[in-house]
Amino acid sequence: MKRRQFLVSAALGTAALAAPTILRAASTPLKVGTYGGYFKDSFDKFIYPDFTAATGIEIESIAEPTGEAWLVQLSQAARAGQAPADVSMMAQLARIKGERSGLWAKLDEGKMEHISVLPKHFVHRYEDGSVYGTGAVSWYVTLVTNTDTYPEAPSSWKALWDEANKDKLGLMSLATNSFLLEITATTYFGGTDILKSEDGILKVMAKLAELKPNVRLWYRDEGQFQQALETGEIPMGEYYHDVTTLAASQDKPVRSTFPEEGAVLDSGSWVVSKASKAVEQAQVFIDYMAQPEIQAKMSRNVGTAPTVPRDLTDLTDEEFAAVSSDKTPILPLYDIYVDRGDWINQKWSELITG
Amino acid sequence: MSADTDQRATPGWIGLWPALMLVVFFLVPFGIMLAVSVSQRDPAGAFIPGFELTHYARFLTAFFAKVMGVSVGVSLAAAAICVVLAFPFTVFLSSMSHRIQTLALVVLLSVLSLSEVIVGFSLSTLLSKTAGISNLFYWLGLIDAPVAYTPSLFALITGLCYIGFPFAVLVLYPPVSRLDPEIIEAARVMGASGPRAFFGVVVPNLRSAIVGAFILVFVFTLGSYLLPQLLGRSEDWTLSVHITDQAIYQSNLPFAAAMSIFLMLVALALVGLASLAGRQRGAA
Repeated sequence: MKRRQFLVSAALGTAALAAPTILRAASTPLKVGTYGGYFKDSFDKFIYPDFTAATGIEIESIAEPTGEAWLVQLSQAARAGQAPADVSMMAQLARIKGERSGLWAKLDEGKMEHISVLPKHFVHRYEDGSVYGTGAVSWYVTLVTNTDTYPEAPSSWKALWDEANKDKLGLMSLATNSFLLEITATTYFGGTDILKSEDGILKVMAKLAELKPNVRLWYRDEGQFQQALETGEIPMGEYYHDVTTLAASQDKPVRSTFPEEGAVLDSGSWVVSKASKAVEQAQVFIDYMAQPEIQAKMSRNVGTAPTVPRDLTDLTDEEFAAVSSDKTPILPLYDIYVDRGDWINQKWSELITG
Repeated sequence: MSADTDQRATPGWIGLWPALMLVVFFLVPFGIMLAVSVSQRDPAGAFIPGFELTHYARFLTAFFAKVMGVSVGVSLAAAAICVVLAFPFTVFLSSMSHRIQTLALVVLLSVLSLSEVIVGFSLSTLLSKTAGISNLFYWLGLIDAPVAYTPSLFALITGLCYIGFPFAVLVLYPPVSRLDPEIIEAARVMGASGPRAFFGVVVPNLRSAIVGAFILVFVFTLGSYLLPQLLGRSEDWTLSVHITDQAIYQSNLPFAAAMSIFLMLVALALVGLASLAGRQRGAA
């Protein structure tokens, strides 16, 4: 995940890393890292004050850079026995890489009664079965269109391949944040299973290459695409459901569509650095965040999809539709990017720049 | 030699200071980059110190040769356009009154304060279909419908030239303004036409300044990684974009470092060739 304010938070993250070790007492605040910018601001405002009121644990909010930069900082700090943050929100790729290197502290399941409501894929375990993290927030990547250019909403991801849409698309520029391989596999190959072999991945990439003439912008910067989508300069593409819905509610001529094949459900997870000396408090925090009413509060205020089943929350239809959908989602195959990361990245670069 | 040294106003050891700075701020970081480029990739972190040439081997493919070609081609084009525009501009500027010269230089310098991001976003709006300059052409009846001029190679080179142009002028301005006007007068008196005097006398006299400006803009634009993403199509992405991808998004620092070293070697080779060419002909 490459979301929101990378540079600002990268600078802050480095500063946090450079901070001297402080001897931790029981009263020291729990350091919780979230992506700098929008996420951190929202958590500071809507989530942490209530948590402190409910548990008496103070929170020191840390702005972390997205994805791998923070993983690198955490693992280097852990080698020196330090934890720039006790609890961190991690993108799935970084979470899995951390799992493989044993970076995350093992948590005591018995002390976290609420995590049992989370679906299995949001309770992360080491191979020996011990829990090391949970799903924190999730969000959808959907098919978005400008309503002036497209009075009718497209119904399928196949619209991306439609010759009528030549030079009209904005797609994310990395295999690991666009999840276009999963989208293509689900749309044309009956599911993501084909991506489990290199041959299969190449077949999917060949299909994906067919839409290249339609792509005007392979974007890294969200702001650039959102602006182009709102003005109709680039009237179709893939983007975040929450942000698009928010823009539509502000009378911008944009819409977000859950295609019939499903939208991509991406997520971030809570993990605890093994160098943390506040695992007890971290468990309280992670347990607190798993409660359905807190998930509902985040859907209302932060715009994320709940990680717990919908019927456990008190979200109204409208509130739920603003952040999620009942349609079966396309789940990214994070493991393939960990196992074959460099190979996929190389083929991907050749695909989109060739 | 020894007589010279005795008469110099500044003592020789002063030279140690820039030498020290060069070591601390250039050679040491370069050494680190060199070390990183041969270290082992750690997928979960930065890198593991070691010695392997896999990252260099990975670069030696047709794909990266093409990307390198794009980088060098785009920068050469930008440098050539900047010099071709900046040279007559500077010659013209130096014939203006002192006040206008100062004003023009201040305006040019202020352009340097704009970040690449601002230049990129402004140009992408200016060249867009919905709000851009093609609407003016359409209104004037020059074209049938507004069109988008971005992203394209044209937009990218325009952006690079916008940033490179002030540098070219700043390099050219001192020698151009010092050029003795009597040289041109002499040429004209001898019967040379205006263009003949310009190309036969002014240009050769300033050859080394022109080469200098060309090299500066070339090297400067070679490192640009934002404009290719904002204004270029994916096939126009330069090596710098791929380096950023590896360093930031794939956390593959060794490969990013190896690519940077290739980029630097190619830049050095071209700069060497250019200055050699400039010197030889200048001497002749």
